[in-house]
Amino acid sequence: MTTATLHATPATAPSGRVFRNLLRSEALLAWRSGAAVFWSAFLPVAGLVVIGSISGTRTPQDGLGGRSVLDTYLPILMMFSLTISVVTLMPPGLAIYREKGILRRLSTTPVSPSRLLGAQATIYAGLGVLVSVVLLVVAVAAYDVRLPDQLVGFALALVLVGAATTGLGLVVAALAPSTRVASALSTLLFFPLMFFAGLWIPRAAMPSGLRAVSDWTPLGAGVRAIQATVDGNWPPVSSLLVMAGWAVVSGVVAARTFRWE
Amino acid sequence: MTTTPPVIEIDHLSKSYGTKRAVVDVSLSVEEGEIFGILGPNGSGKTTTVECVSGLRHRDGGSIRVLGADPQTHRDAVRAQVGVQLQEAELPAKLTVREALALYASFYPDPADWRELVDVLGLGPSLGTRFGKLSGGQQQRLSIALALVGNPRIAILDELTTGLDPAARRETWDLIESVRDRGVTVVLVTHFMQEAERLCDRLAVIDAGEVVAIDTPGGLVERLDTRQELRFRPSQPFDDALLGDLGPVDGVVRRGGEVHVTGTGDVLGAVVTALARAGIVAEGLRVQQPSLDDAFLAMVGHTTPAAAETATHTQEQS
Repeated sequence: MTTATLHATPATAPSGRVFRNLLRSEALLAWRSGAAVFWSAFLPVAGLVVIGSISGTRTPQDGLGGRSVLDTYLPILMMFSLTISVVTLMPPGLAIYREKGILRRLSTTPVSPSRLLGAQATIYAGLGVLVSVVLLVVAVAAYDVRLPDQLVGFALALVLVGAATTGLGLVVAALAPSTRVASALSTLLFFPLMFFAGLWIPRAAMPSGLRAVSDWTPLGAGVRAIQATVDGNWPPVSSLLVMAGWAVVSGVVAARTFRWE
Repeated sequence: MTTTPPVIEIDHLSKSYGTKRAVVDVSLSVEEGEIFGILGPNGSGKTTTVECVSGLRHRDGGSIRVLGADPQTHRDAVRAQVGVQLQEAELPAKLTVREALALYASFYPDPADWRELVDVLGLGPSLGTRFGKLSGGQQQRLSIALALVGNPRIAILDELTTGLDPAARRETWDLIESVRDRGVTVVLVTHFMQEAERLCDRLAVIDAGEVVAIDTPGGLVERLDTRQELRFRPSQPFDDALLGDLGPVDGVVRRGGEVHVTGTGDVLGAVVTALARAGIVAEGLRVQQPSLDDAFLAMVGHTTPAAAETATHTQEQS
């Protein structure tokens, strides 16, 4: 007996085109949800403008290690944008995709649901990185902040902290059994992360013990590295290693524990 | 002998989740161009079976051939040729119908023209509507469209009409027939008897993970005891023995003004002839024949809560 055979056409569509389409669709959805635009883009930029327009925020202060308030808060606002985007907003979004069977539907097509995961992570991390660059450009153009001499170091620090926070967001999405738990976890995670970034007590004003702890956290290391580049130095190697470590560990944990349905 | 080989061949499929045996032993084959129904109570293993066919789950035992290929080892090839509509699989709430169709079409090497699907499925007026704003019926239409957008040779539709109102359900049935008319083989998973009877060329009845019967809907009904019941109002009084003595008649009962006659074989012919000879007219004559419903309940006779629920559903819609 002969057997029915598959068409001789290639089994999959060109993978680059598929990923571009997924990126476009995820970007559109993030835009329509509004939360990402407001919390991750509008609020940090507005924060910078408010700080910049208050008098005295551009003068160096001893209590801030000889930096101005604006210099101090520039990297913190960058961390705020990234963290809101990939730790607070992305995990519940992915949990919804799992809960509503969107990942399951995708797995009936020739496109793996991991591509959708990749597209969403790219969009949310990309938003945080893009806003960070915008913050730097605004600070340099409008508030006389020095352009980092070490632009490569700045870019490297930004990419590493982006990878570390995205990894954490994916771990939350992987471990949370439901969208509600994902929302709760990611909101809960936001506060200690931002605390060690210096949102409430800038790192320069932290007691040395607290600052040492901050050095080991992903955002503490991120602020330390970016601050160094704005100061005109190459980021400390230890801060880069801490961020890379968080990125690798969280990435592996997320990949091992992620449930598709 | 037929020269076209089956498009799906399942041979002694088994699949367990932990200690729960979802599919115990399922063998069946689906021919090209037919609408093949998989019918069974909730939790009988229907969905697991089609999930194994579409490569979503790894089977524990047995073999599956979809268009000659194993869906487990040739995932991409099978997925490009098999469109699947899953139970309770949604889309992002803020994605529009147009965007969803264009996106999913781009996943396939040789997609269908989604604009034409839109016309066939009546989605035209909803193209700019976001998924979250669509009615249940419109969401199901989109779901069918997405299952067909890859230009598949086989479409697997799982519990397509569950949760739809009777009008939307009937419209969906017409759509499924139009899908078959496009030359697509349809595998329809359902627990609605009326749906199976109306649409399917052949049916596999599955219960507790095993195939109970495979036949045409008519064939399944014929397997039943062919007892019939006639009901009529006689135009004038007569003695029960007039009918009770007839060969095919088993019993005669009077309920209110009506006479109920049960029997096998040509009850109708015998009764009508006897009445005519006696000069009696049978007014409001009705013949009650066994339905697929009865056949199903006879086969899945243990009447689990799920089967009871199934029966209730069917009564509601008829």
